[in-house]
Amino acid sequence: MTPRHTLHIVSGKGGTGKTTIAAGLACALATSGRRVLLCEVEGRNGISELFDVPPLTGRGERRISRTPAGGTVYGLAIDAQEALVEYLDTFYHLSVAGKALDRFGAVDFATSIAPGLRDVLLTGKVYEAVRRKIKSRPNAYDAVVLDAPPTGRIAQFLNVNLAVAGLAKVGPIRSQADSIMRLLRSATTALHFVTLLEDMPVTETEEAVAAVRPTRIRIGMVIENMVTPSPLDNDQLQTAASGSVILKVPGLTIKQNQALASEFAIEAARTLQEQQRHDRLTALSLPLVQIPFDPGGIDEGAIFAIAEQLTDQIALEAA
Amino acid sequence: MTSALKSAARAGLPVPFLDIDKIIGDRETKIIICCGSGGVGKTTTSAAVALRAAEAGRKVVVLTIDPARRLAQSLGVGELDNTPRPVSMIDTAAGGSLDAMMLDMKNTFDDVVLAHSTPEKAAAILQNQFYVALSSEFSGTQEYMAMEKLGQLHTEAEASGRWDLIVVDTPPARSALDFLDAPEHLSALLDGRFLRFLLHPTRGPLRLMGAGFSMISAAMNKILGAQIISDVQTFVRAFEALFGGFRQRATSTFQLLSSRHSTFLVVATPQHDALREAEYFVDRLTEEGMPLSGMVINRVHTCALAISPERALSLAEDLADTSAVLEVEALRRHANLMRMIETETRMMERFAAARPTVAQTQVQSLPTDVTDLAALRRVGALLSDKD
Repeated sequence: MTPRHTLHIVSGKGGTGKTTIAAGLACALATSGRRVLLCEVEGRNGISELFDVPPLTGRGERRISRTPAGGTVYGLAIDAQEALVEYLDTFYHLSVAGKALDRFGAVDFATSIAPGLRDVLLTGKVYEAVRRKIKSRPNAYDAVVLDAPPTGRIAQFLNVNLAVAGLAKVGPIRSQADSIMRLLRSATTALHFVTLLEDMPVTETEEAVAAVRPTRIRIGMVIENMVTPSPLDNDQLQTAASGSVILKVPGLTIKQNQALASEFAIEAARTLQEQQRHDRLTALSLPLVQIPFDPGGIDEGAIFAIAEQLTDQIALEAA
Repeated sequence: MTSALKSAARAGLPVPFLDIDKIIGDRETKIIICCGSGGVGKTTTSAAVALRAAEAGRKVVVLTIDPARRLAQSLGVGELDNTPRPVSMIDTAAGGSLDAMMLDMKNTFDDVVLAHSTPEKAAAILQNQFYVALSSEFSGTQEYMAMEKLGQLHTEAEASGRWDLIVVDTPPARSALDFLDAPEHLSALLDGRFLRFLLHPTRGPLRLMGAGFSMISAAMNKILGAQIISDVQTFVRAFEALFGGFRQRATSTFQLLSSRHSTFLVVATPQHDALREAEYFVDRLTEEGMPLSGMVINRVHTCALAISPERALSLAEDLADTSAVLEVEALRRHANLMRMIETETRMMERFAAARPTVAQTQVQSLPTDVTDLAALRRVGALLSDKD
C-alpha cells in the first residue's frame, strides 16, 4: 500500500521531541526499496546528532540510515543562503553573480532581513526536492519529511504566499511562492503536530491548529509523544492518586511499600492529567497517535521503534 | 544530594555547586540572564530567581519573553503592554520589590524609532512595509529587542534607583548562537555596505566595479524585483539616521553583558539535546568572555525508594497473574522511573565530565505545572538547595 502523502511537515513546541518524531516518520515511510528525504531548516544539526553521523550542513543530501524494512533515509540540512545561490544558478545561471552577491552582503541581506524571503527559500528547497525527477523513477524521493520550525512560528513559516504578498506583487519570487503554496495545499501534503500531554504544549498545539486553518494546508495527525500508558481504569487511577492505597508487595518492607504507594500516587495523578489533556486534543477532531515514553533515551533503535508505531497510522491514511 | 551529584562525586568528579543565593545576595550583581534552548523552563527559572531575589531584599524587575498564560497572570503581566508592573502578594519583609513585564517586540522597536528620529521621519519609517515586516517577523528581532529593552531598563534603573537587579529571560533561540549574534547581525545588516549601496548606488568603491556592479544589480532585480528594491530604498533612506545608533547600542549592550555586574545562567534539562545545546551556550559564553555563573538543570527526576528497575520488574512478574493489579502497575512505573533516572544521570555525568568546571544546581521534577507564586517560591527554594 502506498502512503497518500509525499510531503510530511512536522512541527511541535520546543522540547516535545519534534525532530525525533520527524526521524521516526521518515523511517516509517522508508519501507522496502523506498527512498525518503528528511530535511531540517533551523541549522541545529538535529538530524546528524540523532543518527550519530557527521553534520549535514553544507554537504548536500546524504544517506543517513537504512531501515530494517529495507528502505533508505537521506538527510539534508537546508541553509537559506545556499538555497539562494543554488536558486540563482538553476534559474538564471548566475552562479558567478551569486558569489559576488555573497561577498557583497546581499545574500545575507536577502536571506535574513528581506521579510518572508528566507522562508520562501527554505520551503522552496523542499519544493524542489519533492518535485525533483530522476531517470527511471517518477521522483527522486518517494517521500520528503520536513522537520519544520516550532508551533509558535509554523503558520507564518508555511504562509509563504502571505509573507511575500505585501512586497512582491509580480515577478519570479511571487510565482515561486505561488507554486510552493500550491504544493503545500495539495492533497499529497500533510502537516503533523508533535505534543507532550502537558498544559503548555497542548495549548500551543490548539493555537497552531487554529492559526494554520486559514492557510488551507491539510493537518495530518497530532502525535502525543512520551506518553506513559496505563492499563488501569479511571477509578483505579483516582484511588491510587488519592494516596489512600495500601500496597502489599511481598518481599518489600512496610516502609518500602509506603514509599512505593506515595510514588505511585504522583505517577497516577500525572496519568490522570495526561488523560485530561488527551481529551482536550480529542476535541480537535484530528487523528491522534500515542508514542510511549522511552526511559532509555533516544538512539537509532528507539527511532525505529517509533517508526513501527507510526506505520499503522500511515497505513490507515493510505486506506 | 541528588543521585547525579552523588554518582558524579563517586566517579571522582565533584560538580561545583551553583549558589543562587550568593549571586542574588551580591549587590554588585545587577543583571542575571537566563539562556538555554526551548522548552527547558527558562521562563520559570527567571521568574523563580527574580521572586527569590525580591524576597531576599533586592529591588527586582523581571523581563519575560513568552510566559505560559497562567504564570503570566500570577505575575500580573497577562497584558502585553511593555510596561513593568508590580507583582503583588510577595513577601516584602526584607525590603525588596518585584516588577514584571512581558516583552512586546514591535512596540520596543517603534519606541527606538520614535526616540531617535524626527516625528516626520518616524512616521515614514513606521508606515514602511519593510519596517513593519522587520519589526514583527524578522527572526532576530526578538533577540535584538530583548537586549534593547534590557539596555533601557538598565538605564532607568541607574537613573531612578527603582531597581537594583534585572532578571532577563531570553527568547527561545533557534540555536545557541542566535542570542549573542542577532543584535550584532541586525546592526551589521542595517549598517552594512549593501544597504549603503542601495542608498547611494553611485557613491563609494562599488561604483568602480563596472561589470560586477551591473551583474549584481541585474541579479537583484531578477530575484527581488524592482519594486522591492525601491521599497527597500525608501526604508533605508528613512532609516539612515538610525544606523549609527543601532551599532552603538548593540556594542554598549554587549559591553554591559560582559561586565562584572552581569551574569549568565544556562538552563537545561537532563536530556541529550538540551544538554548538548547547553554545552554550546557554555562554550560560546566562555569564548566571548561573558560572565557565566553556571547551569540550572530543571526537571531532574528523583526517587526515595532504592529498589532497582530489575528487581521491581521481577517483583511485578511474580504478581502478574494475581489480583494485585495496583501493585504490578506501581512496580512497573517505579522501574520506568528508575531507568529514566539512570538515563538522566548518565547524561549529566557525561556533561560534567566534558565541562568539569561548570557549576550546577538541580531542580527536581515537580508533579504539577508552576502556575502561581507559591510554586515559584518552591522552585526558588529547590534552586538554592544544595542537597
